[in-house]
Formats: sequence, structure tokens, C-alpha cells
Amino acid sequence: MSTVNTSMAEETAAPRANTLRSFNFSGRFWIALVLVAFVILLGLAGLVYPTTAGEKVGSLYDAPGNGLLLGTDNFGHDVVAVLMAGTRTSLIIGLVAGTVATTIGVGVGLLAGYVGGWFEELLMGVTNVVLAIPSIVVLILISMSLPESTIWSLAIVIGITSWPWTARAVRAQASSVATREHIDVARLSGARLPGILLKDVLPYILSYAVMAFVLQVAGAILAEAALSMLGLGPSGANSLGTQLHWALAFQAVASGAWWAFLPPTIILTLVSFGFLLLQASLDEVFNPRLRRGKRKQMKQAAARRVEEARLLAQQAASEPAAGPPEPSDRARAGEKA
Amino acid sequence: MSEPSADAPQDDMITRSTTDAEILLSCQNVTKEFSVAGSKITAVDDVSLEFPESSVLAVVGESGSGKSTLARMLLRLMPVTSGTITYRGQDVTHLRGGDLREYWTDVQAVFQDPFSSFNQFFTVGSLLRRGLALAKVPKDEADALIEECLGYVDLRPKEVLHKFPHQMSGGQRQRVMVARALMMRPKVLLADEATSMLDATLRVNVLNVLHDLKNDLGLTVLFITHDIGQACYLADRVAVMERGKVVERGTTEEVIFSPQGDYTRRLLSDVPDLRGSLKP
Repeated sequence: MSTVNTSMAEETAAPRANTLRSFNFSGRFWIALVLVAFVILLGLAGLVYPTTAGEKVGSLYDAPGNGLLLGTDNFGHDVVAVLMAGTRTSLIIGLVAGTVATTIGVGVGLLAGYVGGWFEELLMGVTNVVLAIPSIVVLILISMSLPESTIWSLAIVIGITSWPWTARAVRAQASSVATREHIDVARLSGARLPGILLKDVLPYILSYAVMAFVLQVAGAILAEAALSMLGLGPSGANSLGTQLHWALAFQAVASGAWWAFLPPTIILTLVSFGFLLLQASLDEVFNPRLRRGKRKQMKQAAARRVEEARLLAQQAASEPAAGPPEPSDRARAGEKA
Repeated sequence: MSEPSADAPQDDMITRSTTDAEILLSCQNVTKEFSVAGSKITAVDDVSLEFPESSVLAVVGESGSGKSTLARMLLRLMPVTSGTITYRGQDVTHLRGGDLREYWTDVQAVFQDPFSSFNQFFTVGSLLRRGLALAKVPKDEADALIEECLGYVDLRPKEVLHKFPHQMSGGQRQRVMVARALMMRPKVLLADEATSMLDATLRVNVLNVLHDLKNDLGLTVLFITHDIGQACYLADRVAVMERGKVVERGTTEEVIFSPQGDYTRRLLSDVPDLRGSLKP
């Protein structure tokens, strides 16, 4: 959209082309969207599923059949119901932890990148220290020291240990945006630091922050699964990780009860694959250079341009009287020269 | 700066005439050094200039001569390495926070690139309303102020306030930028290559706007350009910069029509001749 050199004659810009088409969603994006939507629907389906996750419907590891699609787990609960509840919990933890991590990371990165100088060194020093500490160790220590582990505390703990790389990435982007002219204009207009960060820097790196958020959600879901499998999961709640924990504890693998450990594993794989794919395809949406099928799009774009040029030519032909732009200004210049 | 030249800083500057008008803004021995990959680059080297009230001073020089760096230092958007900047007799070199914002109510700027000066996510209306923070007008007069300032640059609020930067032409964008700067009712307006990216008719349009502002509002304009023609058209006084130093200054008449410095002569000989031949 190089409108820099448009002439005065074109006072009103042409209406924007179809917004959806200009986003150029790729096939990958739709696959990712379907995967993520499937997992979210699975989580929501638990709300209308006839049996609840806590209801005893059979005995230890009943095989699938008898109206139970995936049999029962070690407590005799319906695996489908537990899976739905677990998916919901995992998604909630992922979203909350992703929000916490992205908020801290973007905040630290924005401040460091925009303010610069010793402040940047300080913040990035802290970030690098946090980055160097293996987060799983910190996660285990914090979760063990908490008196009671709920899904919320777990989400926040995951969130506050996974922000550093977002901060680093955002800092790099923010310090590039900070040198642009519109920041000077905002400062001259009297804008203060928070206003500049939120209105003049953040919007320019928002696509980046959104992608970071998606990755953080996927990472948090996996981190929760890892913690829960180790027995540090939320007490009294089902998650994909606790499901795996109980399956391990009650020898599901040794006793061949695949329905107890395969479904949560598959859902975990799907959800993290879906989010990663979503992130990669968002990258293509935001960065035109990475777009696939570009040649085809370029052909289409060229055809569009030819069509627009033809229309313009038609317009010009129908208004032959249109003189040079702003004749009054020319006259004025003539007077003064 | 313990260079030997510091003892006789004005040695190589040709001063043609001085002015007896009141000096509004001035800089004394201002220097800016950047360290790039370990080595020091002096972008602005010991520059002293004075801006008399209600006049247009042009700073002319080729790309990389330090004009824009000087402007950014005068605007206090960039710290100086050494030297002082004085506004109305007050040292403003190290203002911060509220005092700096106070300074910006008097000294405003329009920049080179009419596209990158805009935050592309906001409309002209929100850009201008942001300026109200410094404009110090009661809320009920805000709309009147915006209308008045857009009026100076021949724009009507109804036409532009709801528009995004990409929906306007380059000339309109630059005029909106001038309107934004005028909202604080400044005494000094720095125009840093404000017309360089506009095509010829728009350029004259913006130059005329600046000229009228000087006449109508008594604005002091610092016009930074690489184009001697524009400087000649608009300025009362001209300063020529070469590699960070001011090499010649005086009235437009003196500097452009009877240049004495070698560099000024060379710069002038590079101005395209309307009669069309390439000079030998």
C-alpha cells in the first residue's frame, strides 16, 4: 500500500479490497483452526455430556463397550467424561498461563526496548537470569511449596516462569519501533510513557505478541501436563496431565488398558500441534514474504491491478476536463515567485 | 572537547551579517557524537546558531551534513554531547518531564516523512486530540481549536478527522502534521525536510502555508532542507552546513546570491539550471 506518492487528485482513497482476501489465510491456517476448534469443542462438550467426571460407572479399567466409548479409568469413571473435563482444565490453564506470561513478557520487553540505556540492560539482565534457570525445576519447587494446588495457582506459576523469551523477542521489536518518527510526534504532542507504549509501540508489535501468546498457550498446556504427571497437578481437578498420572500409577500400560492413557496423549499432541501450526500460519498471514502459493496470489493480484487500471482509464476518459491538481495553488505559487 | 579548534571555534565560519532582532532560540557550541562500531562519528560539530523572532531561518546542506541531528537536538528529542541550547534566555539543554513538555508547547516540529510521522492505527482525529494534552484549552474549546488549526492549513474537520493516514494523500498528511504542531500555539516551528517527499505543487502549497504562518502568527520557522531553491523561496536568513559544521551564514540575499564560502558556491553550482544544459 504505497500511498506515499498519490497525487492530490486522488483525495479519497479507493475502498479497501475484500478484507478476508487481503488476510490470505493459507490451508495450514484452516487445518490448525480445525484442530484447535475440535479440542475446544471437546472441552465444552463435557458441559452437556450425560455423565460427569466424578461419577462411578464401572470398575477398574473396564474395556470400551457397553455404551462406554472409551471404557473406564482406574476409579471406574467414564474415560470420555474425564477426558472432556481434563481438556477443559488444560485449556483454561493454558489460556490463563499464556495470558500471564504474555502480559509480563510484553510489558518487560516494551519497557526495555523503548526506554533503552541502563534500564534496558537491567531488565534484560534479569530476563537472562530467569531464562537461564531451568523452569521445570522452579515450577516443581513452587508447586511443592504452595499449600494447596488449584488450577489457578498452577496456571499463574506456569505463567510467571515462562515469560522471559517473550520479553527478549518483544524487546528487539520494540527498540526498532522506538526509533520511528511517529514516536517523536507523539512525544511532541505531550504523550507520556504509558500512552506511548500502549498506543504507539504495542500496536506495531501486536502481531508478534499474538503469535507469542499462541505459543505460550501451547507451552503452558504441555508444562501443566508434565507437572501433573509428576503428581504436582491441581488437587481435586481432572486435567490431561492428572489422567496420565493416574494411568501411570495404576499400571495402565502394563495391564494393556490403552484407553486410559492413549486418549489424553492424543489430545495433548493434537492441541500442541494445532497451536504450533496456528502460530506458524499466523506468521504467514502477518509476514507476506513467508506466504505459500505466492505465485498464484501474485498472478491474481496482477489481474486485479490490470482491472483497476482499466477502470481508472475509463473514468479518466469520461472526465476529460479534469485539469492538473490544485490549480489555485499553482496560481498562488506563480504570484509569489 | 579539548580539541585545539575549541579555542577558536568560529574560525572557519563565514558570518555575513548578524541580526538585531530579538533572539528567540539559540544554540551554542552544540556537538553530537555517535559511537558506531567503536569509532566516533561527529554528526554535529560545534554549531552555534541564533533564531531571531518572527523570521524564517533555513539550514541548508547535503544529506549527512547533520541538519536533522541538529533539529532533533534543538527539539530536545535527542541529548546533546556538549553545548547548550537556550530558549528565551533560559538554558533548556537538560529539561526533563513536565518542563520539557512545557518547552514543547512553544517549540514544535514537522518531520520529513508524511507517512512514518503518523501512527497508522489511529485516525487524524485521535492524533489531534492527543495534542490537547499540551494545548491547555478547556474541553469545550477543544473542537474549536482543532477546527482553527486545520483551517490554517486549509483543511476542514469534517473531511479529515475520521480518516486514517493511508486514506489521505501525502500533501494532506503533511498539512495535518502542520496543524498538529500548531495546536500548541508554538512560537517556533521546526520543519525538518518537511517538503522533501512531496511533489512540486504540494511542495509550494506547504511552503506557502509556512510563509503565511510566519506572517499571520508571527511564528519563527526553522526550515531544514537540502534544496537551496526552497530555502531561497521561504527564508529570511540562511545557514549552510557541511559535515556537521556551519560554514556560512547570513541573509538569503547575501548567502545565495553572492556566496563567499567554497562549499556554498559548490552547492549552488549543483542547483539544476532551468535553461537545461549540464554545466561543464
